[in-house]
Amino acid sequence: MRSYSTLLGAAALAVAGCASMEHAATTPVKPAAGYGKPISEADIAPWNIDIRTSDGRGLPPGSGSVAQGKAIYDAKCTACHGADAKGGAVYGTMVGGIGSFKTNARVLTPGSMYPYAPILFDYIRRTMPMDRPQSLTANEVYALSAYILNLNGLVPANAVMDAKTLPAVQMPNREGFVRDDRPDAKAVRCMTGCN
Amino acid sequence: MASDTRLRSLPKRTLLAREEEARLESEDRRAFLRKSAAMAGGVLAVGSVTSAGRAAPLAVAPATQEMGRPIEQWAYGSPSKFEKQFARRRTDVLTNRQNWSDWSMTPIQGQQGIVTPNGVIFERHHAGTPDIDPATHRLVVHGMVRQPLEFSMSDLMRYPSVSRFYFLECSGNGLTNWVKTSSQTVQQSHGLLSGGQWTGIPVSWLLDEAGVQPTGKWVLFEGADGSAHTRSVPIEKVMDDVLIVYGANGEMLRPENGYPLRAFVPGWEGNVSVKWLRRIKVSDQPWHFRSETARYADPLPDGRWRQFSFEMECKSVITRPSGEMKLDRPGPVEIIGFAWSGNGRITAVDVSVDGGRNWQQAELEAPVLDKMLTRFRYRWNWNGSPAVLQSRAVDSTGYVQPTVADLQKTRFTTGFIQHHNGIQSWSISPAGEVKYALV
Repeated sequence: MRSYSTLLGAAALAVAGCASMEHAATTPVKPAAGYGKPISEADIAPWNIDIRTSDGRGLPPGSGSVAQGKAIYDAKCTACHGADAKGGAVYGTMVGGIGSFKTNARVLTPGSMYPYAPILFDYIRRTMPMDRPQSLTANEVYALSAYILNLNGLVPANAVMDAKTLPAVQMPNREGFVRDDRPDAKAVRCMTGCN
Repeated sequence: MASDTRLRSLPKRTLLAREEEARLESEDRRAFLRKSAAMAGGVLAVGSVTSAGRAAPLAVAPATQEMGRPIEQWAYGSPSKFEKQFARRRTDVLTNRQNWSDWSMTPIQGQQGIVTPNGVIFERHHAGTPDIDPATHRLVVHGMVRQPLEFSMSDLMRYPSVSRFYFLECSGNGLTNWVKTSSQTVQQSHGLLSGGQWTGIPVSWLLDEAGVQPTGKWVLFEGADGSAHTRSVPIEKVMDDVLIVYGANGEMLRPENGYPLRAFVPGWEGNVSVKWLRRIKVSDQPWHFRSETARYADPLPDGRWRQFSFEMECKSVITRPSGEMKLDRPGPVEIIGFAWSGNGRITAVDVSVDGGRNWQQAELEAPVLDKMLTRFRYRWNWNGSPAVLQSRAVDSTGYVQPTVADLQKTRFTTGFIQHHNGIQSWSISPAGEVKYALV
């Protein structure tokens, strides 16, 4: 059993360490025992699908070409995204928009927006097709990535994407992001005669 | 009588003039009940005060002269059949041609108090709502840790629970109304907002148990739904106050809010509080997913994008009177609304009735909690002239809620724009009609 002074000490630490007093006061003492079961990374593998998109870490073996991607796209993607990824019954275009961010008509596509090409692999594999997510093979996902990149003029028609070539594709929006620098507004609490 | 109790409980420092107070106290019970029923039932008249006429003689109601419904053997209660208007609504501004990656909004104009009932907490999913059996659901913690761990729901519920009140707001709340008055009601313009008491355990306990390596700086949360929605969150925030949550407002989470398990990241944009949580992974860098580059990033005037803009900055909105409501007649109007900040607690709310030229401090209703909805109220005597109502919140960092014009000095605001925390205006016409206004 814990001593009273230990509990007090823990409570004081919790108060000091938290942003808010009333929240700190409700935080119970963490139990000494944990209840997690050890598991190996190998046994987690079926869920371990994230790709670190800046360098492609996590990309699996396999490959796919632009031509293979077009065939898969035509079979599985056109119903929502339309022919040639130009927009369909459900979603807008996935082609173009490069250079549009300095205009008032910004077009957001994988080509114009993604800073790193492996985002295509990560996102297609985890979400597509919408009615059967995580049903595509690694080869199919590489091929679809190649096809979308080719439609955006970012890889040639004979390109083959794999764990090495996909992270090497230069994306036009690579330097397009800045880290959050808010608060950006400097409003003043004026009370009378303000505007 | 209910109305008397309500009036007597008003704070002494109310700005109500004496004669108005006298009129208020003469308000009869029938008018009060009629007004309450109208508000609750979604009839959008905002009862100002009944000043004339005597109450009709009372009749004994049928409900008083018959037996009600018996107690059911086994039942989960529902709202009154007269409260059908108090419901989530999908957007009526944008046309989403599917309703799986879609959203629906909380009827904040009808919310009582600061806790949003579970059945109307706003929804935003990327592949619909899954039905996950808690008996088979698993959470894994892995990556840059000493020992990867797996938890069942019963494992997680063996830890002491923590219950905390926090708001939850979608980064897209208000996105349709930056430069045009697209949404007409406060539900449509500000309803991607809810408040609740969330129950779970600190994520730091599980990470400590797994043993985060010194190189571990970012944490991935991943959902078990068909979108496997994923975000990267800095470990400092995760270790500070992020919870994994299984309960909301006294019961287990509703399926559409992440049942049986979700992340809850206080004060930050809703989509980092990943629902249907199945995986937590530690790494030395962020992942730069689609959901943190192509989406949930904020356009800047120079063509670049602000990334990892997590905090939902200080904001407020008047919920009554609000769009499509009507003021019955000139006289006292109880202006109420919500204020909240992802950076701390609300320290003040000011109200303007002349479009932001002059401001008066509103009352805050206790409890005023860190990163939680705070109620404000201001009693205004409407003289029947056109008016423009606004509210402006200040938080414990000293940040003052900006106007849209303030925000436009640093942000690009055309298109599908997130993180709108600008001051919101409602115009009142001489007929008492309340409309969304841009000032």
